[in-house]
Amino acid sequence: MKSSQTSKKEELKATLKEIGKKVYSDLDQKKFPEVAFPSRSVRNIVYDNKLKQYILGQNTVTRSAGNIKHIRPFTQLFWLAYFANKLVSESKTSTLRDVFYSSQAFDVDFVDQPESDEIITDLEAVISRPREDFNIYPEERSAIFGDVTIEYTVPGYEGKTLNLSSHPDGYLIGPSLSTAEFRDTSAEMIIAIEKGGLFTRFVEEKVHSRYKSIIIDTAGQAPRSTRYMLRRLNRELKLPVYILTDGDVYGEHIAMVIISGSVGAAHLRELTVSDAKWIGVWGSDIIKYKLPTIPMTEIDIKRIYELKKDPRYKGGIWQKELDVFLKLKRKSELEAFSKFGLTTITDKYLPEKLQEAKSL
Amino acid sequence: MVSAQVTFSEISPSEFFYRNRDLAGFGNPARALYMASRELVENSLDACETAGIVPEIYAKITPLNPNAESADPRAYVLRVQDNAPGIEPKQAPNAFGRVFYGSKFKLRQARGMFGMGGTMAILYGQITTNKPVKITTSVDGKKFYSFTMLIEIQENKPSILSEETMEGEGNTGTSVEITLQGDHLRSSQKIADYFRQTALVSPYANITYVDPLGRLSFYSRATESMPPPPQETKPHPHGIDVEAMRRLVRDSDEKTIQKLLIENFHRVGERTALKFLEFAKFNPQANPKSLTNEEIVKIVDAMHKFGDQEVKQIQDERRVEKFLAPDASCLSPLGEEILRAGIQKELQPEFLATEIRPPSAYSGFPFIVEVGLAYGGKFLQEGRRLFRFANRIPLLYDEANDVAWKVLNEGIDWKNYKIPENAPIAIITHVCSTKVPYKTVGKEYLADRPELERELKNATREVLRQLKTYLSRKGSMEMVKRKLNIYGKYLPLIARFAQELSQANRPPRYRGLIGEQAQAEGAEEKVEATAEGQAVEQKQEEEKQSKLEEFANV
Ligand SMILES: Nc1ncnc2c1ncn2[C@@H]1O[C@H](COP(=O)(O)OP(=O)(O)OP(=O)(O)O)[C@@H](O)[C@H]1O
Ligand SMILES: [Mg+2]
Repeated sequence: MKSSQTSKKEELKATLKEIGKKVYSDLDQKKFPEVAFPSRSVRNIVYDNKLKQYILGQNTVTRSAGNIKHIRPFTQLFWLAYFANKLVSESKTSTLRDVFYSSQAFDVDFVDQPESDEIITDLEAVISRPREDFNIYPEERSAIFGDVTIEYTVPGYEGKTLNLSSHPDGYLIGPSLSTAEFRDTSAEMIIAIEKGGLFTRFVEEKVHSRYKSIIIDTAGQAPRSTRYMLRRLNRELKLPVYILTDGDVYGEHIAMVIISGSVGAAHLRELTVSDAKWIGVWGSDIIKYKLPTIPMTEIDIKRIYELKKDPRYKGGIWQKELDVFLKLKRKSELEAFSKFGLTTITDKYLPEKLQEAKSL
Repeated sequence: MVSAQVTFSEISPSEFFYRNRDLAGFGNPARALYMASRELVENSLDACETAGIVPEIYAKITPLNPNAESADPRAYVLRVQDNAPGIEPKQAPNAFGRVFYGSKFKLRQARGMFGMGGTMAILYGQITTNKPVKITTSVDGKKFYSFTMLIEIQENKPSILSEETMEGEGNTGTSVEITLQGDHLRSSQKIADYFRQTALVSPYANITYVDPLGRLSFYSRATESMPPPPQETKPHPHGIDVEAMRRLVRDSDEKTIQKLLIENFHRVGERTALKFLEFAKFNPQANPKSLTNEEIVKIVDAMHKFGDQEVKQIQDERRVEKFLAPDASCLSPLGEEILRAGIQKELQPEFLATEIRPPSAYSGFPFIVEVGLAYGGKFLQEGRRLFRFANRIPLLYDEANDVAWKVLNEGIDWKNYKIPENAPIAIITHVCSTKVPYKTVGKEYLADRPELERELKNATREVLRQLKTYLSRKGSMEMVKRKLNIYGKYLPLIARFAQELSQANRPPRYRGLIGEQAQAEGAEEKVEATAEGQAVEQKQEEEKQSKLEEFANV
């Protein structure tokens, strides 16, 4: 198991070196180097029914150093390849913001951070790997808690292990956790929950031991490192993933992105958990549990109509629940269960929904 | 020459204009100060140009009581002096003391048209300050005739208060000094603009102006060459009106209508006169004096119709008969050289284009349109400016009512010329004609005659085309330079990252690439053009490419 992270690193370095060699030999032959990668334009984003996620189509863009309009982004992209190689070789991590500032030492002229973020996504598309693979992490982080023992691979901690149920506030899903190997677990499922407050409640109510679960706080729309973590737990430990969100269209979409990925990451494959299950709060739960509600805004309703047309929402409970929301024109939050007592959600709602999930 | 006498039944012309002075641009003290300066300067320039003398104009405005702490509006002394041939002492009082007395009623291009500009200025000064005008003039540079006078408003005639003749050595010329109520505070900008633009359109003149604060502006001559003085011409039948025809008939001594036409009209010969009278159904041998008022109206009407489209059909088989178009010998356009010199001198633009249109005519009046375009340089600020001139007079008011403004803002599709939104551009339009179609006596803006509009449009398009070519050429050259910089900056970076990533032990040998970037552009541009499927673009790019090659050879 230990080799999975290390070999990944070696593969990545080889890929980057290949790119460097190609550019080098072009220059040496007095040719303008080029790089081609799948186009991320809206027209080239298609839904793959088999993979159940958005992927990029056949169109590619070619960026040539011989084109006056391309040479700057080409240089930036190539600088990033060089920088990523350094990060990986030296086992250092960086953040999106960090990259923007690091670039300034090299005079590659990023105007602002969105521009450097864009180039990072370009490099992801070039090598078909998420930026976490070349040690660039986003700022926002979510948390994990539960009985799973990990072993670090980051320098200085190699070989050290840690049980993720030792600290009740949970653990940030950062670079060292993302690259750690899983050693051991007694958990039988993973519960991803949209909100930090509920995460704490779940830990307090010992959901991890009562339901033999690992609890993950997605902190709203799950960051890619969290989705990547969910996928690894799901694949490597063979644990089912259940998702709990607010009872509204955004909650439903948080679950959907974990399962089928986002449009923005159509160039990446390893970020989805296709057999994860959204167990609530559904529109129909609002009725069934007589939850307190608040009215939807016009924007909410517009969003429902948008998603109704989205191919990810074909079939299953997805369309059905969108329709229920649309009929209700009202929404409800996870906290709404507190009306019936603080532990209703963990004592009554959660077990009922986990039961119901078996038939999904 | 058409007689200047007009009879008003109740009031004299002087009185009429006194009552309607805002019509002539003397409505308030600010406008009046500007207008008076203008009228005098224009008279001086006219007099010089008609005589073929390169003008030396000196204008000065001083407060009447320089020491008094009085605020505007207040009394000013305006003096304008020139080196023109002067005015015969016998004529001088009438020239200045009588409305509608002038030497410019003949059909010839001149700034003055109505025979009232100078007189109005004097009249206005007299009304507002009760001070006489003081005029000194010399036709030989030896005898200087000096007089002061007031205008008898009701009688429309001068009344001389004092006169003297001095002997001396000097130049011919005239100096006119008016005391008038003015508002310099509110007119200084317009007056300054006026002198500046006059200098632009008359670059062969030396103009000195001293303002009430004692500040001197000197607009120096940029060229010795002057447009040849225009020829005098007779009216064209298409342009005659009933009143003018009536006067002609009254004043002419010709014994037959045919002869009257031949003698008094532009480009009407024996044969044309005969054919026309046949068309109008008049007996060529009839005595003009026998024509009734109704017949005069009928004959003028026929003059306007002779040669018309509908008429052509009636005349079926026979050759189409019509009056010959007016010729332009009576016009005096600036010409390319002088127009360029003027623009160059006053605007010092980075790029300058001119277009002189061939002569054209509206209702029997010949006209020529000249357009200049100035781009960039030291003085022009961002945005589009219009400088309008008619018979070398700057037109400073009511821009938005002028036909040239209409052409620029409605008749031109600016996108076609790929000129950046806020490019520093000045368009200079000059219309010269024996009868400029002013909309008002104040000579401020031109009516939108379709013929005039068409000529202005054509000329403007031409100068814009030239600017477009210039900008695209300049753009290509700057592009080459910019490219050299950009490639010079980024290629070494790429080379460095490539060496590190590939762990090579020497930098790649890419140096030649930077020099080759011009060719690279060609390749790149073509790829993009086809990719976007824009055939038109492609053509333009090719044009650009050939320019680039041109540049590469330099
Ligand atoms: N500086 C001068 N030198 C020689 N002649 C002059 C001068 N100023 C005026 N005149 C004569 O006096 C006449 C009257 O001038 P005035 O300005 O009243 O009329 P205008 O110039 O003919 O027409 P407009 O009303 O359009 O100005 C002119 O036609 C000209 O013959
Ligand atoms: Mg005049």
